[in-house]
Amino acid sequence: MTDVGTIRPPRNQWWDVWDQFKTHRGAVIGSIVFLLICAFCFIGPFLWEYSATYIDIRSRNQGPSWAHPFGTDQLGRDIFARMMKGGQVSLAVGIAAMVLSVFLGALIGVLAGYFRRLDGPLMRLTDLFLALPLLPLLLVMSMLFRQKLSAMFGVETGMFLMIVTAIAITSWMRTARVVRGDVLALKEREYVLAARSIGTPNRRLITRHILPNVLSPVMVSATLMIATAIITESALSFLGMGFPPDFPTWGRLVSDGIDYLQQYPSRAMLPGVFISLVVLSVNYIGDGLRDALDPRIRGR
Amino acid sequence: MKRRIALSGAAAALALMPLAASADRGDSGHLNLIYWQAPSIMNVYLSGGTKEQEASSIVLEPLARYDAEGVLTPWLVDEIPTVENGGVSEDLMSITWRITPGLLWSDGTPLTSADVAFTAEYCMHPEGGCAQLRNFNDIESVEVVDDLTVTVHFTVPKPVPYGPFVSAASPIIQRAQFENCLGARAPECTEANFSPIGTGPFRVTDFRPNDVIQLEANPNFRDPMLPNFATVTLKGGGDAASAGRAVMETGEMDYAWNLQLAPDVIATMAQGGQGVPVSAFGTLVERIEMNLTDPSPSLAPEIRSTREAPHPILSDIRVREALSRAIDRELLVEIGYGTAGRPACNIVPNPPVFASEANDNCIPQDLDRARALLDEAGWVPGPDGIRVKDGVRLVMDYQSSTNAVRQDFQALIQQWWREIGVEANLRNVNASVFFGGDPGSPDTFQKFYADVEMYANNFTGTDPESYLGAWRCGLEPRPSTQWQGENINRFCDPEYDALHHELAQTAAIEDRGRIARQLNDILVQNFVVVPLVDRGRVDAHANSLGGVQLNVWDSGLWNIADWYRIQ
Amino acid sequence: MFNYTLRRLLLAIPTLLFIALTIFLLLELSPGDPMSDMPLTIPPEVREQMRIALGLGEAWYIRFFKWLYLFSVVEPSHVLANLTGIQSLAIEGQRIISFQSRSPVADIIAQRLPQTLWVVGLSYIFGILLALPIGIYSAYKQYSWFDQAGTFISMVGFSLPTFFTGPLLILIFSIWLGWFPIIYDTTLVVDSWYDFALQLRQMAMPVFVLTLYNAAQITRFMRASMLDNMMQDYVRTARAKGMTERVTILVHVLRNSMIPVVTVIALGIPTVFTGAIITEQVFRVNGLGQLLIIAIYASDFPMVLTLSVVFAILIVLFNLIADILYAVLDPRIRYD
Repeated sequence: MTDVGTIRPPRNQWWDVWDQFKTHRGAVIGSIVFLLICAFCFIGPFLWEYSATYIDIRSRNQGPSWAHPFGTDQLGRDIFARMMKGGQVSLAVGIAAMVLSVFLGALIGVLAGYFRRLDGPLMRLTDLFLALPLLPLLLVMSMLFRQKLSAMFGVETGMFLMIVTAIAITSWMRTARVVRGDVLALKEREYVLAARSIGTPNRRLITRHILPNVLSPVMVSATLMIATAIITESALSFLGMGFPPDFPTWGRLVSDGIDYLQQYPSRAMLPGVFISLVVLSVNYIGDGLRDALDPRIRGR
Repeated sequence: MKRRIALSGAAAALALMPLAASADRGDSGHLNLIYWQAPSIMNVYLSGGTKEQEASSIVLEPLARYDAEGVLTPWLVDEIPTVENGGVSEDLMSITWRITPGLLWSDGTPLTSADVAFTAEYCMHPEGGCAQLRNFNDIESVEVVDDLTVTVHFTVPKPVPYGPFVSAASPIIQRAQFENCLGARAPECTEANFSPIGTGPFRVTDFRPNDVIQLEANPNFRDPMLPNFATVTLKGGGDAASAGRAVMETGEMDYAWNLQLAPDVIATMAQGGQGVPVSAFGTLVERIEMNLTDPSPSLAPEIRSTREAPHPILSDIRVREALSRAIDRELLVEIGYGTAGRPACNIVPNPPVFASEANDNCIPQDLDRARALLDEAGWVPGPDGIRVKDGVRLVMDYQSSTNAVRQDFQALIQQWWREIGVEANLRNVNASVFFGGDPGSPDTFQKFYADVEMYANNFTGTDPESYLGAWRCGLEPRPSTQWQGENINRFCDPEYDALHHELAQTAAIEDRGRIARQLNDILVQNFVVVPLVDRGRVDAHANSLGGVQLNVWDSGLWNIADWYRIQ
Repeated sequence: MFNYTLRRLLLAIPTLLFIALTIFLLLELSPGDPMSDMPLTIPPEVREQMRIALGLGEAWYIRFFKWLYLFSVVEPSHVLANLTGIQSLAIEGQRIISFQSRSPVADIIAQRLPQTLWVVGLSYIFGILLALPIGIYSAYKQYSWFDQAGTFISMVGFSLPTFFTGPLLILIFSIWLGWFPIIYDTTLVVDSWYDFALQLRQMAMPVFVLTLYNAAQITRFMRASMLDNMMQDYVRTARAKGMTERVTILVHVLRNSMIPVVTVIALGIPTVFTGAIITEQVFRVNGLGQLLIIAIYASDFPMVLTLSVVFAILIVLFNLIADILYAVLDPRIRYD
């Protein structure tokens, strides 16, 4: 990027990336929204007087008020506090599962696409995982590992680890197949052949030439994965394979609120809106990052 | 028409109304039923599920059944055999049924005692895996006396001989149709299992497992005027909420089964104006079971949660009582069941003759009494408000199956217990695992790897003898029985066992009632079982549907022949 | 290419055997029990007898090989017999029997297939037909209002769970507006325009929910992939050569962008077969998805196993098709 002929002092590539990122309006707004939501979930509970699990049975099913900005639920719990608490879990699960799943998917996809000898076994493995029915798999996992994990890390962390792992190992396959398809095409491109002809080692070839070019499907997978992970977690809680019942999550708040859709529509809508906001903001951040990382766009 | 006279006055008046409203079979047109759990088979002997029992009761009928009040009513017979009328032998070893003459199967052939005897043979076949085998307990033989008379001989005196051929759980199937379906061959008879030939008001025209059943009026039904509807569709699947909406708000459906929904949700639906909810109470009691044995994971698997390791905390009756006193049952009912629930202090809440009145003091919540009991037991509040004794914190692992109302109950009870200084760790387990009974799983209700657990249980029919028998010594689940067994609390009291033995020998209804109430009191006053809510069943029917009498003792569709369209 | 296809097809047999065994063992290990939805009033001894009557008394490997034989020999013969109408093709005797309904699994699957194909299959086709043009145009006019709106709608559509959008649509369109029925009538026979209109009305909501969901994901992949290629040198070359925008975008860029999209679409087709579990439940379409979830709840192992293995066969097949399509789209990709 640094041209000897220009007067500009040499500067780190990441500053360029940042400069480009800043000009992407959607990405900036997305980042701000995302940070605000994180602050709401992780700092909010320290400032808010109600706890997410405190039951005040006399004030149940209340509408919004200054004391309860989002109202209260059927047991008189403050929905504002439950949204904050629920967000902590949902965000953590969503992001952790996304990172793990996209990492697994990208790794297996690149390896399978790049090394012909690994392609067969890895893709058959992918077929196997695609075919496994999710619910029985989770039941077995929870039977085998729940007690051990709870004993090792405590109930909450143990459950968290199990859910994140469960979601990740049942959702990396699409990323893997998409990445592999792209890699298969990329590795026959001229610049890869050129790089190989000058003796670039495989590792460098992958990290320098292949990976940056599969970034955009990976980004799309990542944003879609966050939504999938948050929703899958809620389905798990719904089926009794997720967090303990006194542990709110956004997904669970949505599913709990559905029966009350007619009387108290906001009860299911609010967590739904928050999930959408997170997914949208992450999507825009991803868009901005992808543009910023693409030297062809950054040059303009 | 003799059968009608046997009905109680009010019921008969109701049943006769359609005759006035419409004159001929089938002129009420089409009836739409919705069951949010879809029936998978029409043969109740191959599936013990309630949904299958209800569906098959449209087609198959027993000799006698319980009516909406729980009174045994003759159905395919003229009268209920009793000791007084000579139908039951003096030694209580046999019962003789006399089938009403002239009854036909839907294919036009006559119903005979051979069909009745065959039904018993079908269910009692050792390789059949019959789900209703309990109804055929202790049968020595079923003797065909003549074409319309059949005698059941028992191996032991039966004070209540109304197990076989009584209620929707034990209907008569046609011998000609099921002859080649005995034992291991039962599953090969798909056609018979899906469209059994019955004596009931309707016959199956199309059966799609777990989806939809279509039926039409049985041309050979005994009453030429009935049924009032010409065709019936029973749609299955979905969820309770939209089933309720389809009946009460959009009017697409005429009848919805078992709406397990929060009371205010049902109330909003009822404002839709197309239909009304109806409820009735049976014997289903939501309860907390106390584990009298130690579920600690530090114990060896052979003794964990078995009688060899008594529970370190719950063995003290004062702690158990405190946990019960801290619960506000009226509030639980209000939050979870509304008009479909009543606070329960007994595990046998119904029928009235068996329901004890000695425990009604459980209803008011008494936190002070609960605290005093815990103080007395030596548990003193620690720095975080949770009580401690000898360095042990008063923590209860509290598990239940996954279900929105149960989770609300868990949260409420957790809070009340915290107020008296008891911490509760909540856990919910998927129902198919919790009730699955897999000895390999740590999460089944039988294994009870928790201190307390909550679920609902009931008994079939109107007699609680075998239900109360569950709490006898030796019936507790343990490793040597592959964790099977009905004594979930691991309760054991020789006095209780003796009393139950006496119940099994007693025939007079008043004495049975007295003994059953005593048994109930022993369990409840020892706070081994903590009853919470007597749960009724809520169904809904369209305003235009007449003749519905919700029956929780038998099948909700027991009198579907009498249902009619209000013009 | 032909050799490669043949080799992959042969390799598919051991793969599928292994997958079938894995799923079987998974179900074997799982803590559910076919007796779990029976009332508690049924005593333990009776439960045990029922279990034995279901064939659960035998050792697992015997049950697996029995199932394998039935699945690979007996059931195909019945399917063939029904398709050709020649009943003598069917092999007499035992078949794979569902624990719940005690009837042959294949018959129930055949009964359910039409609903699923109507609703899930149709919405998948709609989803693709919508997603491709939207994705292409969004990428072509990146950051235009069209692109922004498309992004917004697809991300919201994707992030809202169907167990939320389903009841919401029911509330709006069935209860408040009264346009569509809540309950899907699976027995409806379309033989007149009136019935066809009924079928359209009852399909409208589930198809809409699923189309939105399917279109959302495919659009995202299409758009991202187009964007990647839009800036490439060959595009500039094509334009410089004086090709029309139409040809540049729809021939050059599109063809090179299709690889990830083909992957995603090919991966989605087998899921059409397993149905949309939640959507089918919510709208009572009672297709294969509902069949699978009910079978899982009831621990109906033969049903779950059969459905999963049919699903696995489709996965292996469509992944092979995707691989072949890669080589067609980009001749530089070689497998041999």
